[in-house]
Amino acid sequence: MRFPTPFQTVGPFFSLLLSSERYCALLRKEQTPGQAVSVKGTIHDGVGQPVTDALIEIWQANSSGCCNHPEDPRTKEPNGTFGGFDRAHTDDRGSFVVETIKPGRVPGPNGKMQAPHLLLSLFARGLLTRLVTRIYFDDESSNTDDPILALVTPNRRPTLIATSVVPGSYRFEVVLQGPGETVFFNV
Amino acid sequence: MEDSKVQLNRYQNRLASHDPPNNSPKYRATTNRHPKQPLVIIPQTLSEVTGPVYDYGQIEPTDSDLTCQHPAEPIGERIIVSGRLLDTEDRPIPNSLVEIWQANAAGRYAHRRDTHSAPLDRNFSGAGRMLTDKNGHFRFITIKPGAYPWDNHVNAWRPAHIHFSVFGQSFLTRLVTQMYFPNDPLLEFDPIFNAIEDNQSRQSLIAAFDLELTEPGWALGYRFDIVLRGRHATATGL
Repeated sequence: MRFPTPFQTVGPFFSLLLSSERYCALLRKEQTPGQAVSVKGTIHDGVGQPVTDALIEIWQANSSGCCNHPEDPRTKEPNGTFGGFDRAHTDDRGSFVVETIKPGRVPGPNGKMQAPHLLLSLFARGLLTRLVTRIYFDDESSNTDDPILALVTPNRRPTLIATSVVPGSYRFEVVLQGPGETVFFNV
Repeated sequence: MEDSKVQLNRYQNRLASHDPPNNSPKYRATTNRHPKQPLVIIPQTLSEVTGPVYDYGQIEPTDSDLTCQHPAEPIGERIIVSGRLLDTEDRPIPNSLVEIWQANAAGRYAHRRDTHSAPLDRNFSGAGRMLTDKNGHFRFITIKPGAYPWDNHVNAWRPAHIHFSVFGQSFLTRLVTQMYFPNDPLLEFDPIFNAIEDNQSRQSLIAAFDLELTEPGWALGYRFDIVLRGRHATATGL
């Protein structure tokens, strides 16, 4: 039995990794089945300043709710049209855009289906570990039955739900600290 | 439905004592960035137990040799950094993406926001990547990064370090960390390294000089193993 290697901050200079197309933009492609959606948001710190040096990562199921991974028994081989992962640097205003497709429903605890959601990881200078949260969609009626949302106190649930601006376009604001603080998970 | 028959082999929890707390006042940038509400504990579902393991893209041999990405070699002390990607049960993690990035020998990153007055090196970009082999091994060739000043406190200097990013086999195994060098006098004063309260965990971020990895007449070798969350012994139904 070994101890897990501890986290350290990603620091301000990780974009050296993101300077090419490699391991980026694996979400929506032209031929990806499903409803195209874009999620735009801004990350703010505890004093309202935009976080202009954050790394965000998305992991999600495809439009059928299947995860592109050998342990999803419905995914027999790598999905050629949808990777399910992407990552990006917030811009000089602390903003990010996720261009993807709306995921299908993924099974949750006790076989209960989860509402469509994206997993969001956040790394930044000043964060010593990874923060994990979820992005749900406000036009999904299944949110009311979602077994994970049910674990969050009702007054904080809205921090996990992207709001529809126009069809197919959503806003999702992230607040690291203070009033309206986003719910982050220990999973 | 058939989905309910999915068997999940869940991952062990990371203990808070093994990781640095996000609220670490001596690392000043944590002040306004750490969440103040407790993390909400949720069960691992298929969403979390899966993760990006395909489509790592084209990986070239030069991607793991940071000294041959340009027409000439970079300035600095050539080193080999090698180790294994393992889980807490000592099982190797094969075919998994390991990425590194670092400052040059003078302590300067090839990054527009790095304002340190040390020189850039036109022959050093400072980023590398490779997949672990079937036994979880990785091996990078690079140059030893320099220490550099930062604005955390008066006369603050980061010890020499190489940033590591690894994915493992699941969303849950994702890890971003930093590797340090043995006998660095700056470690004692570094609030990022010392934010880890457990001494054994802290020491695990310091690579070991290794004469067997060292190539005669060419480069010193450092060993750095990375340990990711292991799994529970038995699968459970969803």
